[in-house]
Amino acid sequence: MSSIILIALGAALVNNVILSQFLGICPFLGVSKKVNTALGMGGAVIFVITLSSFITSSIYIFILAKFGLEYLETIVFILVIAALVQFVEMVLKKMMPTLYEALGVYLPLITTNCAVLGVAIKNVQNGYNLVESTVNGFGAAVGFTIAIVIMAGIRERIEYNDVPPSFKGMPIVLVTAGLMAIAFTGFSGLL
Amino acid sequence: MSKCFERLYNGIIKENPTFVLMLGMCPTLAVTTSLINGVGMGLSTTAVLVMSNIIISMLRKIIPNGVRVPAFIVIVASLVTILQFMLEAYLPSLNDALGIYISLIVVNCIILGRAESYASKNPVLPSAFDGLGMGLGFTIGLSFLGAFREILGSGAIANVQLLGKDTVVSGSVGKIFSHYEPITIFVMAPGAFFVLACLVAVQNKIKLNAGKKVAECDGNCMACSVSCESKPEEPVKKAEEKVEEKVEEKKVEEKKEDK
Repeated sequence: MSSIILIALGAALVNNVILSQFLGICPFLGVSKKVNTALGMGGAVIFVITLSSFITSSIYIFILAKFGLEYLETIVFILVIAALVQFVEMVLKKMMPTLYEALGVYLPLITTNCAVLGVAIKNVQNGYNLVESTVNGFGAAVGFTIAIVIMAGIRERIEYNDVPPSFKGMPIVLVTAGLMAIAFTGFSGLL
Repeated sequence: MSKCFERLYNGIIKENPTFVLMLGMCPTLAVTTSLINGVGMGLSTTAVLVMSNIIISMLRKIIPNGVRVPAFIVIVASLVTILQFMLEAYLPSLNDALGIYISLIVVNCIILGRAESYASKNPVLPSAFDGLGMGLGFTIGLSFLGAFREILGSGAIANVQLLGKDTVVSGSVGKIFSHYEPITIFVMAPGAFFVLACLVAVQNKIKLNAGKKVAECDGNCMACSVSCESKPEEPVKKAEEKVEEKVEEKKVEEKKEDK
């Protein structure tokens, strides 16, 4: 049990997907202007990464590893993730319209999020079993949400500040992300 | 032939994927801890990009429009798998250094972006040069970032120790160089953000200066580089605006329903 908690904590804080592994930088820089949109994106990412970690890990353990087809992992994973996002969108639309309305617009953006594929591949590389993979996926997605929501909060305040003209736009966001990354290195003593 | 050169120029300078379009940020930030890693990643991506552009351009009349994106993804993923095998066999040290970011070339938006916007509409030769130009532009971006981070963070360039205690430079210059204390944070995660921020800021500064001159001299809006200023964020902004619009639309709808 304690190892599972350690995996979740490590994925969310110590090895934060954005700030220490640089996965999912595009949505992190793109959809972090308002706290509300950041929260929506975070919710959708938690949902998709947890589900995709479970499915890709079961495919790897029960199909690819069994038949010695490990080298197909990249092709299989990316197709499964793309199909999964489409499928989740359709199912949510039909079964849970309220949840679909909250997450729907963010789902198509997630297929191109490299955090999803990155977490799936990391699960395989670390040799996690089914439960550990799912927990790791959930932890990583929570880490993503924490980072993007904090970033959105800071960006809302930066708008009222006097930024030097050449640092306006992307550079100041990157500097902010760098400072956040320094803050998150403080978690490395946690485990 | 001039079209091919135009494509090269377009990829390397006019629409440089790293500095102008800000595409493929994940590998840009993650693997540029040293010059060699940056160049290795850039060239790997270039190889995949050129091959995928050639194949997609050859198949552009066969692939049905409705399933083109999954088809592109399968082609790119197969090429990346082949590349992974090649690196494992011939350059194992680079393969270890780049790690999972080799597999993540599949989701690099530059590759799908070029397939979608250029290779699926143009003949084979220009597409190949388009891929080569974009790939080299990306390689140059990564090399710059890698070189800056390596020299600041460990005092070396391409594993040759220039600054710091173990400097290879002899004589009085070497004595001065040996006083340099490497700033380790630049090879760690936060340094990537800082170095990229500074490089983009320098580029903005150049554009701002150039923009003033252009505005003063003739007022030709087509040649004005000021318009490029908002360009890097454009695709992202559009996506975000769409998202926000949709959210707002939905809120309005909800309110209507409540009434």
